Amino acid sequence: MKLAVLVNEGPYTHQASDSAFHFTTAALEQGHEVIRVFFYHDGVNNGTRLTTPPQDDRHITDRWSDLARRHDLDLVVCVAAAQRRGVVDEDEQRRNGKDANNIAEGFRISGLGQLIEAGIQADRMVAFGD
Amino acid sequence: MSEEFTSGTVKKFLYVNRRAPHGSNYAQEGLEVALIGAAFEQDVAMAYLDDGVFQLKSGQDTGKIGTKNFSATYRALGDYDVKRVYVERESLERRGLSQEDLMPLVYKDEDDDWEEKPLIHVVSAEEMRRIIDESDVILNF
Repeated sequence: MKLAVLVNEGPYTHQASDSAFHFTTAALEQGHEVIRVFFYHDGVNNGTRLTTPPQDDRHITDRWSDLARRHDLDLVVCVAAAQRRGVVDEDEQRRNGKDANNIAEGFRISGLGQLIEAGIQADRMVAFGD
Repeated sequence: MSEEFTSGTVKKFLYVNRRAPHGSNYAQEGLEVALIGAAFEQDVAMAYLDDGVFQLKSGQDTGKIGTKNFSATYRALGDYDVKRVYVERESLERRGLSQEDLMPLVYKDEDDDWEEKPLIHVVSAEEMRRIIDESDVILNF
């Protein structure tokens, strides 16, 4: 089955991102295709490489990056939501004259059209939120 | 956009809005998705239930809380080819509201000499269940 995943909450405060990660991992292990994971609302905060949890806890951002590397997974952060919350890649840094960027490996910033397109292409869109 | 992947496929998108317009920005960002999504020539409908019915309340004023009053943006739904906005009657009644308290949203019907027609349909919880059941892609904000 072709799946699309939507993550609407940030890391740690809510379980949504953990659940989305476990679901995506299980779906890939069972041979399903995950065409895109889209991060919206506070979900964009999953995509900052500055995340530094205590060492005895899971590293939610690195975990997504690892999964993307192993499965060539498309992790897309919504640009409008990211701009509001300070999640920045090199292009956005240049465009908005910021002094840094913080996008994590394996994530890319793009528009909401990527979410709609995933909804059209996938057999199922599975959303994780509060 | 990757039109080569999406052209020809028309799915029933339903945006389910369950939260109050202020207090969190789920409503504002949910509306942004719906308006972007409408440009993809899909069959787009909006559903408002629970506290989400407050999103369509007329006369919103955010001056004293210092947040953006985006309620005028709902009037754009009709311009973006969204022709169906469903509001759950039970959710309205539980909050002491009726359709008269909501913004008079309209769309221009191209099949009827561009006559302005009401966008909002107040439906029962049972009808709302059926509308959700018949949708292909459901985004819940």
